Amino acid sequence: MKKQFLMATTIAVFGTAAAADEIRVLNWQGYGTDLDWAVGAFAQASGHTVVHEYFNSEQEMLTKLRTNPGAYDVVLINAAFTPQAQEEGLIGPIDVTLIENLSDVPPDIAGNPDLNAGGALHGVPWTWGLTSFAVNTGEFDQTPDSIEVFWDKAHEGKVSIRDDALEAVQFAAIATGQDINNISDLDAVQAKLAELMPQIKTYWGSENDWNQFMAAGDLDVATFWSGSASRSMAAGLPVQFVVPKEGAIGWLDGLSIPTSSTKKEAAHQFIDWMIDPEFYVKWAADGAPASANAKAAAALPDEAFNKRILGDPEVVARVQFQRPVSEENRKKYLELWQGLKAAQ
Amino acid sequence: MSNVLANQERLKIFGLLSPAYLWLTVAIFLPLSAMLYFSFLSDVPFGDAEWTYTANNYRAFFQTSTYATLLWKSLKLGLMVTCISLLVGFPCAYVLAKAIKGRSREALFLLVILPFWSNSLVRIFSWAIVLRGNGVLELGLNAILPFEVDVNLMFTTPAIVIGLVHSYLPYVILTSYLALQAIDDNLIDAARSMGANKLTILWRIILPLSLPGLLAGAVLIFVPVVGSFMEPRILGGRVGTYFGTVIEDQFVAVFNWPLGAALSFILLAVVLLILAVASPVLKRAQT
Repeated sequence: MKKQFLMATTIAVFGTAAAADEIRVLNWQGYGTDLDWAVGAFAQASGHTVVHEYFNSEQEMLTKLRTNPGAYDVVLINAAFTPQAQEEGLIGPIDVTLIENLSDVPPDIAGNPDLNAGGALHGVPWTWGLTSFAVNTGEFDQTPDSIEVFWDKAHEGKVSIRDDALEAVQFAAIATGQDINNISDLDAVQAKLAELMPQIKTYWGSENDWNQFMAAGDLDVATFWSGSASRSMAAGLPVQFVVPKEGAIGWLDGLSIPTSSTKKEAAHQFIDWMIDPEFYVKWAADGAPASANAKAAAALPDEAFNKRILGDPEVVARVQFQRPVSEENRKKYLELWQGLKAAQ
Repeated sequence: MSNVLANQERLKIFGLLSPAYLWLTVAIFLPLSAMLYFSFLSDVPFGDAEWTYTANNYRAFFQTSTYATLLWKSLKLGLMVTCISLLVGFPCAYVLAKAIKGRSREALFLLVILPFWSNSLVRIFSWAIVLRGNGVLELGLNAILPFEVDVNLMFTTPAIVIGLVHSYLPYVILTSYLALQAIDDNLIDAARSMGANKLTILWRIILPLSLPGLLAGAVLIFVPVVGSFMEPRILGGRVGTYFGTVIEDQFVAVFNWPLGAALSFILLAVVLLILAVASPVLKRAQT
């Protein structure tokens, strides 16, 4: 309560200093920042209204930043892309004094080398999560603990992975015991994926796709994102998220402010609200990725998905966090993946 | 005197043609030129991205077998969908043109055109509901048949073909119908009075006279099906990767517009080449 009051007053102070602004946020659709109640609470506390625009891929996000200078005030950037955006001069450094809740973000996350591209914080750590897989609990007596379940002939034609070159290659890198950020044996990855192809029923593109395929009984096991899995489980789908013993892909999302933003103060306020424990706890109740804010993570109820699975240090130890991927490797992965798809 | 007339005539022709050609210039020629320009760039020329002129995007097509394989797969799909549409559509057009008159013809026509009036995504997703295992088709069949059947066409090539035939069938019905209706009934009567059987009439009179319509329908179907991406992606699952879906990926997922544009123009060139090779046949059919 005290915290809430504090936030209201700090925002009120800012609010009087700057007139009510309309800030434009660029994000994936349905990814936290555009929750009605959250935007409403922010507008009430600060007087600033929030308008959203969406992207469907990181490349699209970068293109939008390049082509529409001044159009956005807050943008969600995956940490693996923050250095590129910083290098191109698309995003500016964060004024850490304006973001109070940043002090509750553990130093190892706040000090992430990618978010601190160019020697200064360019993306406020917001959420993190895993790309691993989930199984249909109706088809398994015992939850599998190995990624090899994808290659199990018992599930032939009941398997799905996302139609994404990078994700497919990194997934196979984990299955072949390699470092996802430094794949030394790409041939092994290709062979492993080629072996996987006949098992696949279809590729999935969006969370909605995934839920539909699972609900229709088309799939037994499919790669999935932790945040999406928590939402699907909360919605009552009989699925269980698995972090296999071989490991999982980790990602970290940050909120950045474009260099061309004209409403930087309001943008900082919005980001501060986005990493506020009060916002996060409410968001997590409907299914959210893990928060980068330790205080927010601790505020979750004990049975919450993000506390139960992602809060387990043993699980976190198995995670390989995604680093930036060079243009050259990206191209190689894409060719590999397209070749495999075309051979079907 | 005749000069003035000719001038007036020319003005009239110009006045009648210019709206259409102006529209074509703005809506087709300009965007296509922009795409052609893109296809020779090394990167999308937005913002600070550096770019140069290059033919690498066209070279990329020949560097791996991936694109050629997919193009061949798409051409086969186009051929299959076109043939099935002709086989299904032509008899339907014949009945509409020659056997049915009045009100019932109007009603049947409405049913033929109906797919045009529904959104294509809605159509495809409806098919997904019907074709999937435990879907409407399987439930319906099992309710009627005395034995259990297992119909799961979803994510197979037949599912893609079904979806595409449904979308493009009206073209072949409409063009064949117009050609069939133009055939003078007296010709058929005359043939019959001279002892030709039904097959001979179909083969020697109806088919040759309606061939222009049939071919027009075939071209109208073949060209878009070769470049189709929505139906393969949604109904095809793992086997749904075609030339069209790879082009779509370049624009939507990978943001390599230059490569996407180059692949599109290669597709255009191949389709034009096929039509050019087929044009002597098409011309003969029209005379």
